[in-house]
Amino acid sequence: MILQVNNVTKQFGGLTAVKNVTFDLPPGQILGLIGPNGAGKTTLFNCINGVYTPTRGKVSFRGEDITGAPTYRAARLGLARTHQIVRPLNELTVRENVIVGACYGREGLGLAKAEHVADEVLAFVGLAARANLLAGSLNVAQKKRLEMARALAARPYLLLLDEVLAGLNTAEVSGMIATIRQIREQGVTIIMIEHIMHAVMNLSDRIIVLNYGEMIAAGTPEEVSQNPQVIEAYLGDPELAARLLEEEKR
Amino acid sequence: MKTLRSPGLWLPLLLVAAFAVYPLITGSASTRESMFTVLMSVALASSLNILLGYTGYVSFGHIVFFGLGGYVGFYLIDEQGWHLFPAALLGGVAAGLLALLLGLSILRLRGAYFALATIGINEAMKAFAKQFALFGGPNGMELNFAIYRGYGGANAALWLVFWSLAVLALVVIFVSFKVKKSKFGLGLMAIREDEDAAEVMGVVAPRAKTWAYVLSAIFPGMIGVLFFFKNGVIEPESAFRLHLSIELLVMVMLGGQGTVLGPALGGAAYQSLRRTLLTSPMFRDIQLVVAGVLLLLIVLFIPSGAVGWLRSRWAALRRVLE
Repeated sequence: MILQVNNVTKQFGGLTAVKNVTFDLPPGQILGLIGPNGAGKTTLFNCINGVYTPTRGKVSFRGEDITGAPTYRAARLGLARTHQIVRPLNELTVRENVIVGACYGREGLGLAKAEHVADEVLAFVGLAARANLLAGSLNVAQKKRLEMARALAARPYLLLLDEVLAGLNTAEVSGMIATIRQIREQGVTIIMIEHIMHAVMNLSDRIIVLNYGEMIAAGTPEEVSQNPQVIEAYLGDPELAARLLEEEKR
Repeated sequence: MKTLRSPGLWLPLLLVAAFAVYPLITGSASTRESMFTVLMSVALASSLNILLGYTGYVSFGHIVFFGLGGYVGFYLIDEQGWHLFPAALLGGVAAGLLALLLGLSILRLRGAYFALATIGINEAMKAFAKQFALFGGPNGMELNFAIYRGYGGANAALWLVFWSLAVLALVVIFVSFKVKKSKFGLGLMAIREDEDAAEVMGVVAPRAKTWAYVLSAIFPGMIGVLFFFKNGVIEPESAFRLHLSIELLVMVMLGGQGTVLGPALGGAAYQSLRRTLLTSPMFRDIQLVVAGVLLLLIVLFIPSGAVGWLRSRWAALRRVLE
């Protein structure tokens, strides 16, 4: 197992944002993390990579206990993430942003090698033409790609994607879906939080559904979409998931 | 050597070299003294820039390292009979050690809290120096003039100090450039832009910040030794002058924080402005007010300073000015 999340609970004062979440993630899979707004998805990410220390529970990454370890430790071990609200290093160029990812990621490359990796990754996510612009000058879709590029430059084993599709137009969404598929083909394990259902249903090998911080379902996209609890909590329309799957196949 | 061909490096080096050579041409002691002040400002501002400009941490009390280094070196020269050079080196080491200890504690603070803590430390060191008998307590120490004889007389000693400072200023510029162009420097700039995001990307921020702080403290410590050796007297009030800290901030901001050339340019420009003000009957008593107003105007209108403004105005300059 690349990641083991064991009974993780996170409380803020009286509010339980994540409650007793447990799952194992085998390498090479894409795990979808869905649930209504405020269900605790991003909080769970923050507990995994060390932004928050869980109130209870344990997180192991590649056999190593990283519960509550600083975020840079997770990064060095090969766990990279993107942010839901993009956080570009504004006064640095796009290329420098990605070089930071390569320099301080899993491989901890020297500057010259990191520049090489950065150029490769920028070409892969389609930002090569904007490499020398300041990161602050990019539009939202480009900033999402930059988040992705920085994370990839770290050459992670596990990539946490927090709503990389949100705010993108239809063409941009298709482009990003293709990119995510390619990343998986390179052998990177992925957990993605996503609201765009047809994307998450089609990309994921397994899906976990959170509601009010609790895991209410887990399984293949088909199983999850037919789970009555999920339908009630999240999808509303029981036919919706099936239709979305159908739509994508056509 | 690729670095030496980069105009981003040799432009500031040339600037500093010009300040250093100027008194050699005039041969007068008064130009030497005014260039001493300029070189000192350039070197101090460039050191502060490593923390302020690259890492994004405002230190209001950076002069504490200048004062502490000065005291340690002065003591070694005056009481222990050390030569100027090893004493200056040890002054730098003492300042670096203080920064290391502080870095492990107060660098956990961010923004205004860190800035306030640095003021507190400067005041604490001043109070300590006033009480510390080994350093002469409130009266400080006075250099025995016989010591200058070992350097070939007072005049030769003053020239020696001047040349040492010039070399040190060149070294500071070189280090500043090297840091900016290194992996370490890139980590610092990532911290400046977004410390949490930098850590998520793997930058070990507590460690990087501490080393930046130590590096920015060593040179002021060495410069302090040179300055007080030349001065002949050291006392708590002159070693830990808080307003000098603020003036350093103005210099860095004026020239352009986060650039190599900026603090050098800012230091020189500020000192020539100050000299004009001090000799004008109208501004003589309010020259610090002018510094304050200047800082306000910079922050409001050109927060990136002169060099930063030029770089953003003309893209072609980005390859020339670092």
